[in-house]
Amino acid sequence: MLRQTDRHYKFDWLTILLFFILVIFGWVNIISASHSGEALEFSNFSHYYSKQLIFIALSVVLIILVLSIESKFYERFSSIIYFSALLSLAGLFIFGKNINGATSWYPIGSFTFQPGEFAKVATALAVAKYVSDLNTDIKRFNDQLKTFAIIVVPAFLVLLQPDAGSAIVYGAFFFVLYREGLPHMYLIVAVLLILLSIFALKLGATSTLLTTAIIVLTYYFTRKKRPSIFQPIVVILLCTALAFSVRFFYDNILPAHQKDRITIWLSLEKDPDKLERMKKTVAYNLNESEKAISSGGFKGKGFLEGTRTTGNFVPEQHTDYIFSTVGEEWGFVGSFLTVLVFLLLIIRILILAERQKNQFSRMYGYAVGSILFLHFLINIGMVMGLIPTIGIPLPFFSYGGSGLWGFTILVFIFIKLDSNRINEW
Amino acid sequence: MRKFLLLFSVIVVGLIFTGRLLYLQVIKTTDYNLYQDNAIRKVFDYPKRGFVYDRNGQLLVSNQPSYDVMVIPREVKALDTLEFCNLLKIDKETFIKKYDKAYRYSPRLPYVFVSHLSKEDYAVLQEKMRKYEGFYIQKRNLRKYETTIGANVLGDIGEVNNRNIKNDSYYHSGDLIGKAGVEASYEETLRGQKGIKFIQKDRFNRNIGPYKDGIYDTLPESGKDIKITIDATLQAYGELLMTNKRGGVIAIEPESGEILAMISAPTYNPNSLVGRNRSKNYTKLYRDSIAKPLFNRSLQGVYEPGSPFKLMNALIALQEGVISTEEKITCYNGLKYGKKAFMKCHCGYGVKNDLSRGIQQSCNAYFGTAYKRILDKYDNASIGIDNWSKHVQSFGLGNFLNNDLYVGQKGRIPNREFYSNAYPKRFYSTYTMSNAIGQGEVRTTPIQLANMVAAIANRGYYFTPHIIKSIQDQPLPESFTTPKHTTIDKQHFDPVIEGMLKVYEKGTAESLQVKDIEIVGKTGTVENFVKIDSIKTQLTDHSIFVAFAPKDNPKIAIAVFVENGYWGSRYAGKITSLMIEKYLKGSISRTDLEDWVLNHTLENEYAKPYSGEPFKINGQSQLQVVKPEEFYKLKKRLNQLN
Repeated sequence: MLRQTDRHYKFDWLTILLFFILVIFGWVNIISASHSGEALEFSNFSHYYSKQLIFIALSVVLIILVLSIESKFYERFSSIIYFSALLSLAGLFIFGKNINGATSWYPIGSFTFQPGEFAKVATALAVAKYVSDLNTDIKRFNDQLKTFAIIVVPAFLVLLQPDAGSAIVYGAFFFVLYREGLPHMYLIVAVLLILLSIFALKLGATSTLLTTAIIVLTYYFTRKKRPSIFQPIVVILLCTALAFSVRFFYDNILPAHQKDRITIWLSLEKDPDKLERMKKTVAYNLNESEKAISSGGFKGKGFLEGTRTTGNFVPEQHTDYIFSTVGEEWGFVGSFLTVLVFLLLIIRILILAERQKNQFSRMYGYAVGSILFLHFLINIGMVMGLIPTIGIPLPFFSYGGSGLWGFTILVFIFIKLDSNRINEW
Repeated sequence: MRKFLLLFSVIVVGLIFTGRLLYLQVIKTTDYNLYQDNAIRKVFDYPKRGFVYDRNGQLLVSNQPSYDVMVIPREVKALDTLEFCNLLKIDKETFIKKYDKAYRYSPRLPYVFVSHLSKEDYAVLQEKMRKYEGFYIQKRNLRKYETTIGANVLGDIGEVNNRNIKNDSYYHSGDLIGKAGVEASYEETLRGQKGIKFIQKDRFNRNIGPYKDGIYDTLPESGKDIKITIDATLQAYGELLMTNKRGGVIAIEPESGEILAMISAPTYNPNSLVGRNRSKNYTKLYRDSIAKPLFNRSLQGVYEPGSPFKLMNALIALQEGVISTEEKITCYNGLKYGKKAFMKCHCGYGVKNDLSRGIQQSCNAYFGTAYKRILDKYDNASIGIDNWSKHVQSFGLGNFLNNDLYVGQKGRIPNREFYSNAYPKRFYSTYTMSNAIGQGEVRTTPIQLANMVAAIANRGYYFTPHIIKSIQDQPLPESFTTPKHTTIDKQHFDPVIEGMLKVYEKGTAESLQVKDIEIVGKTGTVENFVKIDSIKTQLTDHSIFVAFAPKDNPKIAIAVFVENGYWGSRYAGKITSLMIEKYLKGSISRTDLEDWVLNHTLENEYAKPYSGEPFKINGQSQLQVVKPEEFYKLKKRLNQLN
């Protein structure tokens, strides 16, 4: 039995190192992205890079704060934190400021504050707390519903802002719940849903229907022990309904700009002239960012040498499209190392999560890894044209105080929880 | 197992991202090139194109400004099309057509919308241009010809084509490049180096400042002025004499190889290929497949040389020792050289000619014999003809002269190999007897003949004929200043030259003598044929003359070729004498010859093959005189020249 005096904290310095590598390299790229040829002035706070430097300094204060709070606090107060987060999201509809079409910010003097970035942390704590409760069994349908509610409520509030991109991030909790025992059926249905939707869009509802019918019926008739014929028919009917509703949703409900993004992503436009024009209009950002990344070549053009970055060719290059600056100025070498460091950070967090003795810490760690992963996947995937345009920031890189602090708190609460591991029973 | 779903997803995504990065940055990327970076605007500063002067310092070609209306379709904003069209003097349909064309070329690159505005239009437009976003006026330097002569010498400049751009990264769309003549062969000297400014753009295509404070920017470097070897007065005089005729004239200064005059008839006014009407006029010249004004006959016209070629055979026969200067060869109204083979001659039956008289009378029998002996000197005529061919080629015949002229032709001096298809096994001298009198398989261009005469004038060597006199202080290339020696020894030239002198004194050019100038020359009359409806039809003979003067210390060597001019001294000889007198004395004493040449036209001869009717040639054909007003016009031009 350990004595009280032996109680000590062992922080995972590797995670902290990876975190700072990303933050500092991110800042270096913000300098490039927000600088257009003039001399650098770090003391002039009208520049993004000077402001970001302040945000980074403040995030260090936050880290000390987060690490100095007793780790049990996060578990105990998770409900309160969660509900305050919901309140702050709801408050946006009254006090929020509309920037770029989304009411996601509270104006505080000349600064803005985005509660959505913190709601993710709160939700992670709440989900971990609820599922790790001894009375909760994730395999029970009732508890599943309650868990989903915890996730969906903030996601829905974010969606209403409207900020579809940030709402999608709440999908990250699927990984957490699956790890904790959510039935396989959910995974299978989720994967099938995605595949079916892509199929329906790319090949049309009718051919999707025919293909699924053939597959399902073949499977059914080759099986020796056949259940009732109604089962495959229900599956086919469900698929049909889904395929047609995806089509209907795409054709009639989806807002035009989101429809265009999907059109570009799946190359649904057959007329090459029209596609070419789309590249110059609706897909301008994507097209420019791909060009910028490509122009970097193997070694990159060097710090502050990126001509497309200097000319601000990629809109939002200091926020969502910051990776295009990495690509242009640091080339394949720099981009690959960035991807690698992200992977190492996420994997490190997952390894740490797996070695937690209590379920709350493990789930929270898992949530941290999943959220980071989804941001990383969607942001870099979008900038490189692998997935449709969904505007969410790249953690630690994209300009913005709320984002940086949100991710800092997210990661460091887990570092605190992890450091307390040896004190757990 | 559940533990690994996320871990597995993370690793797969990492691999996919790495693959995508590899594709974008390693496979799809091109080496970075500042010039191709469309984030950097390149603004060119065009230098002055070098001027062209004649050998006496007379300015021939200078520059004039020209203004093009350019468009960048992406930057065009809504505008009052009707007003704009009125300013540009185009209709709305043209506007739409041009705009579409520009857009298809590229929405973001400048495109020439209307070229070569007149000065008045420019003045009006310049003030209103700001109203039309996306359009701007680009100043360019066009050529200004200070003369109406020498179109084939000077050449022209025009917009670069795609091949130019591909072959030389210096050029960009819309740049001007020398297309022919001196403009083309001295393009790099004349054009200079354009300056370039790199300007960083933002995504709205606005300039946000010099790229890297302008460290890569360069200043334009003016093109160099050049002096060409042409004597503008002689050139103009020659062109005037060649009016209403077709053919080529080349005059060379033997002691330097400098080309004094290079005339191709018919010609055109070089100013017609400048400015707004360039493409219309060029098309007209290009499409004229009958008179072919763009075809430089003095350089590209490959003809049978006819009798002037006898001089070559005389020289070779002397060098090979198969004739002597004294030996007399009898002409029997020709030469029988085989069972049924006979070469006709006009000398008369039983006339005995030595070398001098042979040249003077242009005796076919004499040169037939000489040629046969050259080939039969060795056991085998195959060796003989190769030896003969080698001698002839040492005069620069049968090959490119490797000079600084933009076009040229090799001509043809046959050797044994050339005949290997026709005579694969046995080969006798008698097979190729026509070569003796410059017909047969021999082909030369006027410049080659002029060069041959220059080599004779120099008694055994020549300088590569060239057009460049000087490029500021730059020395001429060594290949133009080193003499090329022929394979004929010096002592053999004087007997031949004596014979050529007799041509003027009492031979075929007796009527063309010029007082106080010892001209040595040789006439030529060349039979020629065309196919009309695939029937080989004979046309009036070509009139050829070659000469140099004065006999001692020669200053000018000349070859004149007049298509279908009949016998040598009828047209070519007269023109030769006149040009020599003009060059050496500056004035003309033989105004009778001058008037005759100006007053006669060969257009009727040139029309014959296209008339579709039977026609007569040579002696049966009528001489045609120009209309009085045409003659008056030519005389007036002549007076302006003096």
